[in-house]
Amino acid sequence: MSAPADNPSPPNLEAQSPKMVQAVSAPADKQSRLYAEGLYVSYGPDDDVLHDVSLAVPNGGFTVIIGANACGKSTLLKCLARMLRPRKGAVILDGNSIGSYQPREVARRIGLLPQNPHAPDGITAFDLVARGRYPYQSLLRQWSPADEEAVWKALSDARITNLSERTLDELSGGQRQRVWIAMALAQQTPILLLDEPTTYLDIAHQIEVLDLTHALYRQGRTIVAVLHDLNLAFRYATHIVVMKEGKILAKGNPHTVVRRALIEEAFNLRNTIIDDPVSATPLVIPLMSR
Amino acid sequence: MVKHAGAKRGQTGSSGRGRSVGTGCGQTGSSGRGRSVIRLGAVSLRFERRGLFVMVLLVLGILAVSLASLLIGDYGISFDEVLASFMGTATDRLVAFFVMDVRLPRIVAGILVGAALGVSGALFQTLSDNPLGSPDIIGFTKGAATGALVVIVVFSGGTVALSLGAIAGGLLTAALVYGLSWHRGAPGYRLVLVGIGIGATLGAVNSLLVVKAPLGNAEMAIHWMAGSLNASTWNEVALTGAVLAVLAAVVCWQYRALGAMAYGDDSAIVLGVRAERSRLILMFTGIMLMSMAISLAGPISFVALVAPHLIKRITRTAGTALVGAALMGSLLVVSSDLVARRIFAPNELAVGVVTGSLGGIYLIALLAFEWRRRRQ
Repeated sequence: MSAPADNPSPPNLEAQSPKMVQAVSAPADKQSRLYAEGLYVSYGPDDDVLHDVSLAVPNGGFTVIIGANACGKSTLLKCLARMLRPRKGAVILDGNSIGSYQPREVARRIGLLPQNPHAPDGITAFDLVARGRYPYQSLLRQWSPADEEAVWKALSDARITNLSERTLDELSGGQRQRVWIAMALAQQTPILLLDEPTTYLDIAHQIEVLDLTHALYRQGRTIVAVLHDLNLAFRYATHIVVMKEGKILAKGNPHTVVRRALIEEAFNLRNTIIDDPVSATPLVIPLMSR
Repeated sequence: MVKHAGAKRGQTGSSGRGRSVGTGCGQTGSSGRGRSVIRLGAVSLRFERRGLFVMVLLVLGILAVSLASLLIGDYGISFDEVLASFMGTATDRLVAFFVMDVRLPRIVAGILVGAALGVSGALFQTLSDNPLGSPDIIGFTKGAATGALVVIVVFSGGTVALSLGAIAGGLLTAALVYGLSWHRGAPGYRLVLVGIGIGATLGAVNSLLVVKAPLGNAEMAIHWMAGSLNASTWNEVALTGAVLAVLAAVVCWQYRALGAMAYGDDSAIVLGVRAERSRLILMFTGIMLMSMAISLAGPISFVALVAPHLIKRITRTAGTALVGAALMGSLLVVSSDLVARRIFAPNELAVGVVTGSLGGIYLIALLAFEWRRRRQ
C-alpha cells in the first residue's frame, strides 16, 4: 500500500473547493451543510463532556478529529449524527436543526460507522451491506432495483465484490471493516462519519481502510473521522480538529495547525515534529517522559 | 449465544443464489444468498426461500394436528362427520356440538395462544439481545399471572377483568424488572438475572394468593395456573383474537425497525430508526401479547422461550423471524394440547404441564450445549 499520491496540501485543496479553508476559520459558516453551534453535552451533573463546541464540517473535506481518550471526540461525532441530543446548542443540517428532520431523512444524508459495530457472525457481507438500504425501504418496498444497484455499487466501491457471499467470521479485520464501510456507503449519504475506523487493526489494515476512506473523499463525499494515530491523521486529513477536555483546541489544515506546543497541550506529551518523509505532512515523534 | 448456522449453509454460491422474479431482474445473486424477490409495480417483497418453505411446512403441520385434534377424543368423530359439522349438515347434534363448540374453539385458542407467545418471546429476545431474555424466564409471565390471580382470588372477576389483570401485572413487572436492571443503556444479562429473581419472588406471591384464597376461588386459581385450554369458549377466543389482531398490526408497523434494532440501538439510529420509541412500543406490544395469551389459557410455560429458538435453528436465519415464531408457537401449543388431552385419557393433563416438561428438557439441553461450546 502506498501513501495517497495526491496528498492533500493547501493549494490542492483550494483547487477542489475554494470555500473549505474559510469554512474552518469561521465556525458558524452557513456554507457548511453540517455544523454544530455551541454544543454542551453532559452525562452527569457538573460534568460536561462537550463544553461550548462549535464546528463547521467543511463540505467535501476530509476532517479528522484527534485528541486524548475521553476528550469528547466520539460524543461530538454522535451529536453530528443526532445519536445524542446535546443539553444545549444545535446541530444544523442543510439549514435546519437536525432534530426537525424525519429520522430516515437524516439517514439519507448522514452515514455513521460506529466504534464497535455489532452483527451476528453468520451474516454474509451482502446481507450486512444491504441493511444500509433501510432508510429507502418500507414494508411494501423491501427490495427495489435501486436497492440492488446501490448495494453492488457499495460493494464495488469498497472493493469487496468478491467477498459478498462470505460470512463475517470468514473475513480478516480489515475486510470486515470494509464491509461495515460498504454498509454505510449503501446508505448513499453525501456525508460520512467514521468513529475510530482503524482501531484494533494492524498497520497494513489501517492503511487499507484509510486509503478506502480517502478514495471516498476524492469521489466528493464529506468525511469526518475520529482517529487515534496522529501521523496517519495528518497524512490523510484536509482538516484537523484537535480536542481536549470537551473543547476544541485548534482546527484547520494540518500544515498550519499542527505545532509541537499544540500536541503537547492536547496529549500532555513532550514531542518533536518533523516532516513525514513520504507525504511531507507533520510527523509527531513522542519523547520519553524522562 | 445461539450459534446461527449461517457459516455452515453448505451449498456453494450458485445453488443458493437469489433470483429475481418479475421486472428489474439484475445480476445473479443480486437479492442475496437464498433470497427471492417479487416485484409488482412499486411493491417489492424479499424473502428467504428456506424460511418460506419452513413456514409452509409449519402451516401444514398446524392443520394436520388441528384435524387430528378434531377427530381424536373420548367421543370418536370421523372425518366425514367433521366436514358435515363444518357445513352445518351434521345429523348427530352431539357431534356438531363437540366439533364446533368444544374442540374447534379449543384448537383456535391454542393457535392464538401459541402465536402470541411465540411472537412475544421473539420480540423480547431480540430487544434484550439475549436468547434467555424471554418473558417466561425474566418473570413477566409470573407477573401477569399474579395480576390475573389477584383478579380471580380477590375480586372473583370474569374474562375481561382477568385479561386486564394479567396486562396490568405484566406491565408492572416489566417496569420493575427494567427499572432494577437499567444501568446506563441496555441491560443485557442484568435483565435476565434480575428478571429471574423477580420471577421467583412473584412465584411465591402467586402461591400465597392461592393458599390464602377462599376454597372455591383457590380451586379455580390452581386450575388456571396450570395452564389449560380446556373450556375455551368462542366468546373468549373472539375477544382475544380481536385484541391480538390489533397487536399484530402494531408489530407489522414496527417490524422493520425491530430488524434494524437487532444489531444494537446505535446502528439502528444511524439507519433512521426512532430506536427509543420503537423499543417502548414493541415492549408494550410484547407484554400485551403475552398477557392476552395468559388470560386465555393460563401461564403456559416455555413456548415463548423455545419457539423463537427452534425457528431460528430450522430456518438458519440470523434475523428475527416473527411469523415463523408465531407458527412454531402455534404448532407447539396445539400439539402439546393434543398430547395433554390424550396421554392419560380419559384424564386430561393441563397443556402447561406438557409444554413445561418439553421446555424444561430443551432448556437443559441448551444450557449444556452452551456450556460445552464456551469451554472449547
